[in-house]
Amino acid sequence: MADTVIGSTKVKTGFAEMFKGGVIMDVMNVEQAQIAEDAGATAVMALERIPADIRTQGGVSRMSDPGMIEEIMKVTSIPVMAKVRIGHFVEAQILEAIGVDFIDESEVLTPADESYHINKQNFKVPFVCGCTNIGEALRRIGEGAAMIRTKGEAGTGNVVEAVRHARSVLGEMKKLQIMGEEELMTYAKNNGAPYDLVRYVHENGKFPVPNFAAGGVATPADAALMMQLGVDGVFVGSGIFKSGGSSSSDSERRAAWSARAKAIVEATTHFNNPEILAKVSRNLGEAMVGINLDTLVDEERMAVRGW
Amino acid sequence: MQVGVLALQGAFREHRLMFESFGVKVVEVRLPQDLENLVGLVIPGGESTTMAKLMRSSELDTAITSFAKTGKCVWGTCAGAIAIATEIVGFPEQPRLNLMDISVARNAYGRQVASFEVDVAVKSFETPFHTVFIRAPRIERVGKDVEVLAEYEGHAIMARQANLMATVFHPELAQDARVHQYFIEKVCS
Repeated sequence: MADTVIGSTKVKTGFAEMFKGGVIMDVMNVEQAQIAEDAGATAVMALERIPADIRTQGGVSRMSDPGMIEEIMKVTSIPVMAKVRIGHFVEAQILEAIGVDFIDESEVLTPADESYHINKQNFKVPFVCGCTNIGEALRRIGEGAAMIRTKGEAGTGNVVEAVRHARSVLGEMKKLQIMGEEELMTYAKNNGAPYDLVRYVHENGKFPVPNFAAGGVATPADAALMMQLGVDGVFVGSGIFKSGGSSSSDSERRAAWSARAKAIVEATTHFNNPEILAKVSRNLGEAMVGINLDTLVDEERMAVRGW
Repeated sequence: MQVGVLALQGAFREHRLMFESFGVKVVEVRLPQDLENLVGLVIPGGESTTMAKLMRSSELDTAITSFAKTGKCVWGTCAGAIAIATEIVGFPEQPRLNLMDISVARNAYGRQVASFEVDVAVKSFETPFHTVFIRAPRIERVGKDVEVLAEYEGHAIMARQANLMATVFHPELAQDARVHQYFIEKVCS
């Protein structure tokens, strides 16, 4: 009998495979975590400030208090993810030590290193990283990411950037598949991507890890749009808990959050069924207000963070 | 012959590829009508609470229960094993299909950082099978009509009861189709 192996690439990417077809929701406290789990989220992302608030409040944004993350781990039975700053491997060591199930090395927080991302191969806990194009995605996978997501423009409630990044990544994958073998090395060079992973995509037509959409998903239709474009699942950040702005009471607001969360879960599963999409999209109340991207100055853009 | 894979959420694609590797046709099941003309159904790994809610809202829960009661074969892996169990330890309120006489405890091998791989002997297999455990549930009790097909650290990890089968590990992530073949040849026949 062979020995037991923990923290292998297989168990890390295998875990990521289990999230497919599902919705991972940003939550800021125990109450929101409970709403997310009851709505059918496959995991929650625990963070002190959701992207929309990070945008309005500004300042340096860091890993959340481990105590706050542990509170959420205690009350939910589904996996708990949490974010660390790009390149901040000590924040990652801390999250691994408290037993977080997945780490998001995220551009939503203020980057800690302007040149390097975390060497994710060193960790037992799996990582998800954002990407805007195929080269960036393959670099992150090369560093050990077990899941990739588009960057979108988090906290805007505007899906256009997630669409742009998903189309770029998925389009390049198709291009790579039909490319001649002799073109692959130059493609790797031009895109700053590891050659073996370029080859993998050429042969398999997909990444060796799941590929999710994130950033600006605010409605069931947004989630289904991303799924039809060809991603494996969806992250919803501010889209749920920034909705229902016109609700007159806390209980009304909670009901609006819960209805929207459930509808996005249903839409992600039945993304190809317009009748079901119509049914779940009805009477959800007000979506988050959102930001038009043309009004963002370059320093406010999160998607450009990462190297 | 067509087998269904419940495709509400989770690792359904990996099951499909595994069945197709030895020539079995696969239908993705998202609504009750998708169960027509299938010999059996696999409930894949994923998040058990998510799948339970999606099965309820599409009325697949009652459809799968009657599918199994007519003798069609049903196999649950990981979250799927939780779905078909009669008892979920510590979560008596969690919706389940109540099919197989086993008690399962969710995430009983630990959180993700404790997930592991190990080779295990399986009854009737000539060589060990490489098993992958991911936040796996543990089978705490098996009923008298349940045959244990593989064990790890004193607990059943693969078991069968007539037309039903449960595995708490992930055969769809192995490079080995023997468990999938076993399901088709032994459990569905």
